[in-house]
Amino acid sequence: MSNGNLPEQIVFRIRRFSPGRDKEPVWKEYRVAYEAGMTVLDGLWRIKESIDPTLAWRASCRMGVCGSCGMLINGSAMLGCNTQISELASSVVSVAPLPNFPIVRDLVPDLQLLFDDHAALSPYIIRADSAEQENPTGEYYQTSKEMETYLQFTYCIKCACCMAACPTCATDALYSGPMALTQAHRYNTDTRDDGFEVRKQVLAGEAGPWRCHFAGECSRVCPKGVDPAKAIQFMKRQLVADALGLRKKRPLAPLLKKPEGIQRRPGIAEAPEPTVG
Amino acid sequence: MRDQKLWTWHLAAGAIILVLLGLHMVIMHLDALVGIFNPAGGHPIDWANVVARGQSLAFTATYILLLGAGLFHGLYGLRNILFELDPAPPLKRALSWVLLLVGVGLFILGTWAAWVGHQVASMT
Repeated sequence: MSNGNLPEQIVFRIRRFSPGRDKEPVWKEYRVAYEAGMTVLDGLWRIKESIDPTLAWRASCRMGVCGSCGMLINGSAMLGCNTQISELASSVVSVAPLPNFPIVRDLVPDLQLLFDDHAALSPYIIRADSAEQENPTGEYYQTSKEMETYLQFTYCIKCACCMAACPTCATDALYSGPMALTQAHRYNTDTRDDGFEVRKQVLAGEAGPWRCHFAGECSRVCPKGVDPAKAIQFMKRQLVADALGLRKKRPLAPLLKKPEGIQRRPGIAEAPEPTVG
Repeated sequence: MRDQKLWTWHLAAGAIILVLLGLHMVIMHLDALVGIFNPAGGHPIDWANVVARGQSLAFTATYILLLGAGLFHGLYGLRNILFELDPAPPLKRALSWVLLLVGVGLFILGTWAAWVGHQVASMT
């Protein structure tokens, strides 16, 4: 036993479901020896390797970056790889798939709804100078202060924990949800972007932020500190100002051309060729 | 576009309610400090004070404004709550129409009552 408060064994209660085989999900228990530093994802691997190879979940990076292993752990949406069992302060760990999504199998949710909502809000830079974007001749200039207005919202890893925790997503199929709305706000705030009117076609309707009750669960469960609830409130303010004709039109980030007539100092290597484009 | 505008009106109606309810509270409960709305003295709901306020066209306008703001704010809020039960699209349309008709009907009735009240008070 490596932690005084934890027993040598952890009981994993896992909700299992296989469409076509099971009529409804069932809970199964597995006992796993606890080791210091063990995450919930480690425990699932231990079960798959030594107890039940049929257990299914989705995971990839094991370091809270890819957003694949979102699951409902002891009733709260979390990343399996990011959750130390010692943090749960319980010898029983219940694991279920993220709610508000159809289940593919066991702990694997079908995130198609999330990706559809995300794509519908054009989560990319939109500008009139599309030729410049296709074949860049320079860089768009943005101050660090301008970048800080949206930087927090760029940390989203699309793990769907916020969508699973959102009470509005649980009842309203038309609501875009905190992830997609946060990303829409992230681009609406970016000074390089001029796509507010394009996204407004979706945001001003029933898929917009209007159904958000500010329960704040999305921000509480977000493993990256993105704070979607804050983004949604900012978005509401921006859209209301727009409806009243009070939205401030900010200048677009200007294009900085590459410097000309500058000689490279001797001994400094050329920058590598762009890998994209 | 519709939800953006409806939500904006919802907020505006909330602000109007806040101001007018504040005025109502001042008139009804701070009469000892602010007596100008109760020229006859005594209790704010004494007949003479009610008539005095009813004679004022500005007061009648605030009654109608508060009625409109309250009806819109309340019925739009109710519509939001009902829509979260995820009704089918035809039911959503029907609910919107029923709430709209109820709101317009009550507004007409209340406006008529306020106007008649103003006329009766003016003749008193």
